Amino acid sequence: MPFRSNVNKYGAALAVLLCAAALGAWAHPPNILNPHGYVALAESNLFWFILIIATTVFVLVMSFFVYSIIRFRARPGAPEPVQRHGNSALELAWTIVPTVVLMGVLGTTIYTLLYAIQQPTNVPTITVDAIGHQWWWEFKYPNANVTTADELHVPINTVIHVNLISDNVIHSFWIPDLAGKTDVIPGHDNYMWFKSDTPGAYRGECSEFCGTQHANMNFEVVVESQSAYDAWVANQQLPAATPTSALAIQGAALFASKTCIGCHVINVKGVPASHLIGPNLTHFGSRQLIAGGVLDNNPQNLATYLRNPQAVKNGIDMPDLNLTQSEIDALVAYLDSLK
Amino acid sequence: MAVGSVATQGRTTQRTWAQTAIGSWVTTTDHKKIGVMYMFTAFFFFLFGGVEALLVRTQLAVPDNGVLTPEQYDQVFTMHATIMIFLFLMPIWTGFGNYLVPLMIGARDMAFPRLNALGYWLFLAGGVVLTLSFLFNAAPNAGWFSYAPLTEATPGCLTQHISSLTAQGQAAYAATQAASGAQGCFSPGQNPDFWIIGINLLGIASLTGAINFVVTILRMRAPGMTINRMPLFVWMIMVTSFLLIFALPSLTVASFLLLFDRHLGTHFFQASAGGDPLLWQHLFWSFGHPEVYILILPAFGMISEILPVFSGKPIFGYTFIAWSGVAIGFLSFTVWAHHMFAVGLPPLAQAFFASSTTLIAIPTAVKIFNWVATVHGGRIRFTVPMLFALGFIAMFLIGGLNGAALAVVPFDYQVTDTYFVVSHIHYVLFGGSVMALFAGIYYWFPKFSGRKLNEGLGQWQFWLYLIGLNLAFFPMHILGLLGMPRRQYTYPPNMGWDTLNLISTVGAFVIAVGTIFFLVNFFITMRQPRTMTDDPWDAYTLEWATSSPPPVENFKSIPLVRSRRPLYDMKHPDNPDWRNEH
Repeated sequence: MPFRSNVNKYGAALAVLLCAAALGAWAHPPNILNPHGYVALAESNLFWFILIIATTVFVLVMSFFVYSIIRFRARPGAPEPVQRHGNSALELAWTIVPTVVLMGVLGTTIYTLLYAIQQPTNVPTITVDAIGHQWWWEFKYPNANVTTADELHVPINTVIHVNLISDNVIHSFWIPDLAGKTDVIPGHDNYMWFKSDTPGAYRGECSEFCGTQHANMNFEVVVESQSAYDAWVANQQLPAATPTSALAIQGAALFASKTCIGCHVINVKGVPASHLIGPNLTHFGSRQLIAGGVLDNNPQNLATYLRNPQAVKNGIDMPDLNLTQSEIDALVAYLDSLK
Repeated sequence: MAVGSVATQGRTTQRTWAQTAIGSWVTTTDHKKIGVMYMFTAFFFFLFGGVEALLVRTQLAVPDNGVLTPEQYDQVFTMHATIMIFLFLMPIWTGFGNYLVPLMIGARDMAFPRLNALGYWLFLAGGVVLTLSFLFNAAPNAGWFSYAPLTEATPGCLTQHISSLTAQGQAAYAATQAASGAQGCFSPGQNPDFWIIGINLLGIASLTGAINFVVTILRMRAPGMTINRMPLFVWMIMVTSFLLIFALPSLTVASFLLLFDRHLGTHFFQASAGGDPLLWQHLFWSFGHPEVYILILPAFGMISEILPVFSGKPIFGYTFIAWSGVAIGFLSFTVWAHHMFAVGLPPLAQAFFASSTTLIAIPTAVKIFNWVATVHGGRIRFTVPMLFALGFIAMFLIGGLNGAALAVVPFDYQVTDTYFVVSHIHYVLFGGSVMALFAGIYYWFPKFSGRKLNEGLGQWQFWLYLIGLNLAFFPMHILGLLGMPRRQYTYPPNMGWDTLNLISTVGAFVIAVGTIFFLVNFFITMRQPRTMTDDPWDAYTLEWATSSPPPVENFKSIPLVRSRRPLYDMKHPDNPDWRNEH
């Protein structure tokens, strides 16, 4: 089949991804049935409820069915079956019984939907804008003037209201351990909310097919104590650290001269923050993940990524800049210093 | 006259084009030949879509696999669904309907034989357009649902894209893509255009078939065959046909609006220019959910024919089954937004669609109970068609129950767009539709060909299918609960997804082996002589009252019908149904 042949490029990507795997990208695999948030808990309770009902129905119907098959198999000398055409009373009964059961399920569904999982008002709430790009998530804290990517920090026991924004295609914002998904649709003011009482790092995913790298549009939600969160915000609000080592200073110069600044912003003291198409890198060194959650953020991975971003994540906007090894080393030193 | 005069001039044979082996098929308007062509073509696409399924499962067998590139994967998973829905299941039901409906109602042909032929050739054209897209490296790649704005492009960027492919090459194209994305140019390739043209050809084909079925069923029944005495398969084909007539326009409108966006510069689905991406979803799913029933109702009909014959008693509760099919037909137009629970509809609207979805589960449950009651108290012959029919009941029950779970909206927020839904649709469409289809193939094969398929090989296929489909699709429930989204070309290790994916892949290959058993069975059987009598299964309906295969005119004389089981009446003059039916 005449697919675009890209074996070498893909082989390189594979090697990179295998390295990432060896480092253990996700210490905490998602599980809907092991919820760590208020909304996810309500949703998983509904699962157990429906599972019990469905299993009961399945066992009852299948038992009778299998019994009938065995009991009424054609055996030598089996009598001619009675030619029954139906039984209206019986049929009415088995119309009414499932109706009653289903209405019970429906009532529980509607109660949970309209009341239990609606966002509470009049409680302290943190608002975050989650912006879906092809293919990475940007997070903005409008009240704290913080912009970051791939990583959402929130305090425990606080209602987090997430505005879902896209100016490109439809994405879906999902943190399986904390809350079900809501689609991110251009032109629609969608939002979701969650609240967690368990500190930890939870995997977030894009769950609406959004193009070539839909599989690699993940993020991490860091739920932490209020003090840790406050410290994180305070750090994110600072302008970028000034590079000190010789290599990092060289990297800062390269960042400007190698067209990185065409797409990426690094907030410098005294210059108003602007917005460009790539992730804001002001505190890049403080993040756990890079490239839409494809890789752990460490010097080796960053170097691999800069060597040829398309080999790591084919189809993204960032081109291969044909950097030399020494240029890559300098850029890695600089970006890593931006804690 | 012309042929005769040629013969007198000394040439021994001179056949017209229509009498040659190929010509007799190309020019035919016989509903049976058209039905056979539909079935063969659709079965070819079943194999095509099956190979794509194996590619998908091979890619996902292990984490970070590299069998397919992301671009290839997107084309393959999109075409797997598109082919299985539009080029396999829909036309194969049309094929069975074509062959069987006139025979079952005691008619000599469909109402509009030439329209019938046109429908087949349009279907073939649609299939060719869709599959040729692979040769242009432009197979549809945005899912079978083709959500806007992922499928959008502005006319300007289409031109730019084409020139970049020819003049400047791939590198330049990649450079311009970033800039064009901001202008709403997400699918500059021709992939969605192939989808739109192919789907609309198939849509016209389905409409011609549907109108033909409705007129045939309403106007051409044998004397005495009232609506209330029609075989249930005919009932379900009629309901399906009405669904097609009312559901397809919505898809036609949606796809043409998309075509206008892409080529004429309109902005129906582009939010930046005042359009709305959700308009696409509402239009698509108001087609898409009736479509699900278009794919399963004919299966209900087949099961309702096959279970009674091999249980040795009539269907239990004919009226309930027939009218629950009608109820499903009506309700299927009120449930579309249950595909859209995560799009942020108002909670009250979501409650409405949860309610309608719950309602549609009731007639579906009624059918299952009626089928079980049909088997109960019978004298069951475990022929291969009966095995598939019984397997259908068990598998469809699972598909119904996990489907009901998806109507629990807050739980749906978690599992929609995950492998849980992939599991659900495959229990319904494979465990349901495909199992029923093979029940039908084994059951009617003697009528179609005059030969009976080998029972031993058929049993092998049945067990391989039953085991394979549960291996392939049951683990997907758990994958969904473990947070694995659908439509990902790859996944990382350490997520707890590896083993389950591997089991699923093994299951897919077990199904493939089962399919090979069927193909071997088919070719062996077709080498045998035609030995079938009119009624090899001791069946009840009129298609078994004529020879196997039937003559061109179907019946020597049109039979008189006095009950729902006319052939049973003929065979049991001492105790005919028309004396006992209520």
